[in-house]
Amino acid sequence: MTLASPQPDIAVIGGGNAALCAAITAAEAGARVLILEAAPKPYRGGNSRHTRNFRCMHRGPLGPLTDSYTEEEYLADLMKVTGGKTDEGLARLAIRSSEECLPWMEAHGVRFQPSLSGTLSLARTNAFFLGGGKGLVNAYYRTAEALGVQVEYEAAVTHLEIHDDRVTHIDYTQNGETRRISPKSVVVASGGFQADTDWLARAWGPAAKNFLIRGTPYNRGVVLADLLEQKVEQVGDPTQCHAVAIDGRAPKFDGGIVTRLDCVPFSIVVNKNGERFYDEGEDVWPKRYAIWGRLVAAQPDQVGYVIIDAKSLELFMPSVFPPIKADTLEDLATKMGLPPAVLAETVAEFNAACGDTSGFHPTELDGVSTTGITPPKTNWARPITEPPFYGYSLRTGVTFTYLGLKVDERAQCSIGNRPVSNLWAAGETMAGSILGQGYLAGFGMTIGTVFGRIAGKEAAAHAN
Amino acid sequence: MQTEFLEEARRQAEICNACRYCEGYCSVFPALHAERAFSDGDLTQLANLCHNCRGCYYACQYTAPHEFALNLPQALANVRQDSWEEFAFPRAAGQAFQKSGLRIALATVLGFALLIWAMLSLASAGGEGFYAVLAHNTMVAIFLPAFLFPLLSLAISLRRYWRAVGAGPLRFSDLRGGFAAAANMRNLNGGHGDGCNFEDEDRFSQGRRFAHQAVMYGFLLCFAATSVATLMHYLLDLRAPYPLWSLPKLLGLSGGLLLTLGCIEMIRLKLRADPELGASGATSGEFGFVALLGFVGLSGLALYGLGQTPLMPAMLALHLGAVLAFFLLTPFSKMAHGFYRLAALTADAQKKREVAR
Repeated sequence: MTLASPQPDIAVIGGGNAALCAAITAAEAGARVLILEAAPKPYRGGNSRHTRNFRCMHRGPLGPLTDSYTEEEYLADLMKVTGGKTDEGLARLAIRSSEECLPWMEAHGVRFQPSLSGTLSLARTNAFFLGGGKGLVNAYYRTAEALGVQVEYEAAVTHLEIHDDRVTHIDYTQNGETRRISPKSVVVASGGFQADTDWLARAWGPAAKNFLIRGTPYNRGVVLADLLEQKVEQVGDPTQCHAVAIDGRAPKFDGGIVTRLDCVPFSIVVNKNGERFYDEGEDVWPKRYAIWGRLVAAQPDQVGYVIIDAKSLELFMPSVFPPIKADTLEDLATKMGLPPAVLAETVAEFNAACGDTSGFHPTELDGVSTTGITPPKTNWARPITEPPFYGYSLRTGVTFTYLGLKVDERAQCSIGNRPVSNLWAAGETMAGSILGQGYLAGFGMTIGTVFGRIAGKEAAAHAN
Repeated sequence: MQTEFLEEARRQAEICNACRYCEGYCSVFPALHAERAFSDGDLTQLANLCHNCRGCYYACQYTAPHEFALNLPQALANVRQDSWEEFAFPRAAGQAFQKSGLRIALATVLGFALLIWAMLSLASAGGEGFYAVLAHNTMVAIFLPAFLFPLLSLAISLRRYWRAVGAGPLRFSDLRGGFAAAANMRNLNGGHGDGCNFEDEDRFSQGRRFAHQAVMYGFLLCFAATSVATLMHYLLDLRAPYPLWSLPKLLGLSGGLLLTLGCIEMIRLKLRADPELGASGATSGEFGFVALLGFVGLSGLALYGLGQTPLMPAMLALHLGAVLAFFLLTPFSKMAHGFYRLAALTADAQKKREVAR
């Protein structure tokens, strides 16, 4: 056991957006800050590495954002996706604070891009980072290091010792050595537990072993589990997470954005038995995108298969893996491991249910639907007839889990009703305090930035 | 062209096309996103549009150790380097220089210096100033072919390039677009005006952009100085040496200083940059070229400074040797990149015009 010296005032556990916002804020308040990042340097930044934008309230044009996006509208969007499962007080705090975050982000090195192609109109509500989340993370590390923040990579925290409502010390391992520090304040910003598939399987059942993890392999929930064991107040349902349907050929971990597939609205989706199971034309991105993760998870072997024909191939964003291609549906089925006769029949049945397709419009709900078929396809329903035929496999891709630490409006953790006097949480590890279910694009970064800054400020005030 | 370079660039471009986070960095990404599949010509155009600013590399979540192992700056640099060898006229010369540029540059400078030294020793010209040691007509006899041959060679190369990337008939507005992008090196500003990530990992700086500007404008000023002097010689019958407050001297001195300092800074930046993000095995050629270009500027300044001393003939030989080497090597050295870059920017302007229409 080695004692680090000099002892930091504040230890920030984690190295993503929320951790960095906390560290920078605390360092600017004059505290000596140490970041303990479990990942090696090339993988630093947690899931923030894979993010792309920040959802931001604004009363008028702000930075790259056009028009206005009010607190009420933002909250209404959140209520819609969470089905009301949110703490309205914390949600309003996050939303209201997001407005001042954007200039703060710019002042700390984050750069936004003016406009984007390939993404449906988010220019009003979401600010996109130039270069994406790794660009943001790089900028924050530069800023933090210039402020004297010490960063330790491959520093895996194993235990936080809590005595009499305060964290007395932190144990972490690095280079095969165990080290102990006793900071005055601790900020936990070490994400969810989605990379621990055993934990996922305990929550979801064995099906979770077939899930793919879209983000960092380092969010294994070690610190979260350690704190929950010590009765730190928990929030959220362990089966709730942000999960989408991604390319079934994606890597087990860390596939990130490129594994997304935007072809579902122009397709039929079947399970491994060759049967359709849901209305592929229900809605546009991002709603449709977020529901298919769960739909696929409920199918046998947790897989789905997208079938399109030649006329739809260029209607969606290019995929990272090329589609499987065949001249007949039977050949395609064989190549994809589907029962050829059943697939041909499913397609024939679907085709027969398609009606007038003259109103087809790929970018809006066009009402071109099927009749007399279950499940129906309520938009973009065009018969699949034009060879070559193309297919993609789908799997459930988990972005992050919602079970986490319950915090108050000061980002402070508690045991029972009493706050832990020197423990704050920020980012995905406490996002369940606001996100009961569902997801709103760019909201994770909002929570991380807002609560990271609050946690940093409170931790510094406590340490001073 | 080497298929493994093209295949690797294609693999990476397809991943980039599915991601699109880098859209705002430079012209490469909008051009890349306009395609769904990449022909060899498309990749060649993207490669020559890339200014190796490295912004996309440091922002990329898929660089090694990630299994996608993206390194787009290097993949495009390899295709780019390879395309210059492919389009060079004559082809063999391009390949030789890129393999061991420093040695060839040194040998050429020394060779030409010796050659001119020999000429100086053989014949006294009876003119004034420099012409006292090397007659004006002799200079013209040496330099005119050395100037015209590279121009011809480059013209052939650029025509090959234009065809390979599938660009159409040239319009004035395309050229204006290409020159405008080159004039302020828009593609080295990082899309946010903070510059590029060349010399210190993910830190943005204007260092390379400014050094590059110094070299480019320094070179153009020196070129202008020579052109003005030529016009003065033939049209106005005003013979060198010219006084300090004359146009050739003012242009030449300012240009020489910018060129020399710019090249020194370029070498300093290159030494600090990660070589793994540039073309494989091109380091020698690149250093050789920048050193030669910097020496052209430095020897020109030295010639001015020592013009009234007994060292003048030696300096004249060195400077003229360097200039001669520089011109003859232009189509095969990194100098050619400026021409290809301009062609790529012009083709890009053309493409944007066609899309807008």
